[in-house]
Amino acid sequence: MYYFINMTEQKQPEIKFVEGIVADAVEDVVYRMCPMHLMRLEERMKELKKGQILELQTDYEGALADIPDWCRKTGNELIGVEDTGEFFKFYIKKTVD
Amino acid sequence: MFRVYLDHMATTPLDREVLAAMLPFLENSFGNPSRMYDLGAEAKEAIERARESVARLINASPNEIIFTSSGAEANNLAIRGLAKANQNKGMHVITSEIEHHSTLNAFRSLQKEGYVVTFLPVNSYGEVSVEKLESAITDRTTLVSVMLANYEVGTLQAVKEIAEIAHEKGALVHTDAVAAAGNIPVDVKELGVDALSISAHTMYGPKGVGALYLREGLRIVPLIYSGIQEEGRRGGTENVAGIVGFGKAAELALRHLDKVEKVRWLRDKLIEGVLEVEKVELTGHPEKRLPNHASFIVESVDGEALMMALSFEGIYMGNGTACISQVLRASPILLAMGYPSQRAQCSAIFTLGRETTKRDIEYVLSKFPGVVAKLRKISPLWDG
Repeated sequence: MYYFINMTEQKQPEIKFVEGIVADAVEDVVYRMCPMHLMRLEERMKELKKGQILELQTDYEGALADIPDWCRKTGNELIGVEDTGEFFKFYIKKTVD
Repeated sequence: MFRVYLDHMATTPLDREVLAAMLPFLENSFGNPSRMYDLGAEAKEAIERARESVARLINASPNEIIFTSSGAEANNLAIRGLAKANQNKGMHVITSEIEHHSTLNAFRSLQKEGYVVTFLPVNSYGEVSVEKLESAITDRTTLVSVMLANYEVGTLQAVKEIAEIAHEKGALVHTDAVAAAGNIPVDVKELGVDALSISAHTMYGPKGVGALYLREGLRIVPLIYSGIQEEGRRGGTENVAGIVGFGKAAELALRHLDKVEKVRWLRDKLIEGVLEVEKVELTGHPEKRLPNHASFIVESVDGEALMMALSFEGIYMGNGTACISQVLRASPILLAMGYPSQRAQCSAIFTLGRETTKRDIEYVLSKFPGVVAKLRKISPLWDG
């Protein structure tokens, strides 16, 4: 069964748009299908040390809701998002071990 | 009746070892590889082992292999997926006139969507013109796709040289290696290609499974949308048994590559014998061709009629690419090579396999002249 969620009824997380952030690691999941952005995010964050930053590249618009949610649940910090026009760059700082 | 199968470009028999490897995944190990319980995990592990074998065959890394439903899907994914992923850089793409229909039609679909497509011509041996590529390619070209070996005439293309020219202009390179893989060594690094298509059923594997090699770090827009299968690049529950069979077929293909010289020797005996019949001409390049491939124009003998008449003698050969031969009488590949339409209908293709024996070739040569003579007798075109 498929569930259609009306995003407008949900509380949208506040997203800070940034540019020029230098990351310690880059993960490119542009054109990869959902939920690869969350799977790779989880995998890559495990590899990073506390204080390091991951740049996650994705064209999936749902990530604008999923990644802030994931950060809130795991306690990591979403520094912000850069919109290149073609895809998004999410900057996530590992703040918990 | 004695049977000789010489149509290995159309498909190959399933190797018994391949079938044995597949059977458990059609019976007890039927789990969905996306499930984390043991039944799913064993299917997932089997897929990953197959991915390693397929990668090894073409000197790639396992994470560079995307399993598909066929060589045709691999070609479609490479062409449409890479063109779409790079369309911000440009909308000019290049291919050749003698590609498989899965390539030609994928490019035609892009043409309808506003891409500019250059179809490179070939010479009388079926070699793609490198000079024409050099003059057609621009900084706005994003993709060049030229097959490694042609199905109908066996000619090998200068893919390495083509890749160097394309890369100088910043274009990506795809090659359709369905006809080549398993018959000659194929090395993606040596060729310098960014993407390469292969298929299981032309190397003693099952039908319904192919693969696209995609160089690590490249983006591709999917053809089939779903979820996490194939790392989010090709949706749909995996054809586990088929993929396992492909893995085994790839392993065997690598092991049997040393049989190439025996196959070439038999192929040369076949060519020598067939050319003894009057007004028969070899098509394709005499040396730069697949070692298992012998193709001819048999003057005044319709290719389809010859194929059927030989099948009544237990000899199975081809008269064109299997999937189009029922529709088009004159081979578009021979037409592109400059043959007139009437002669392009007289195509005869024999493709050997690793199980082909000297006895098989002798049998074909014992029947071929008589069958040709009989068909010529009833041919309105034959004036001999």
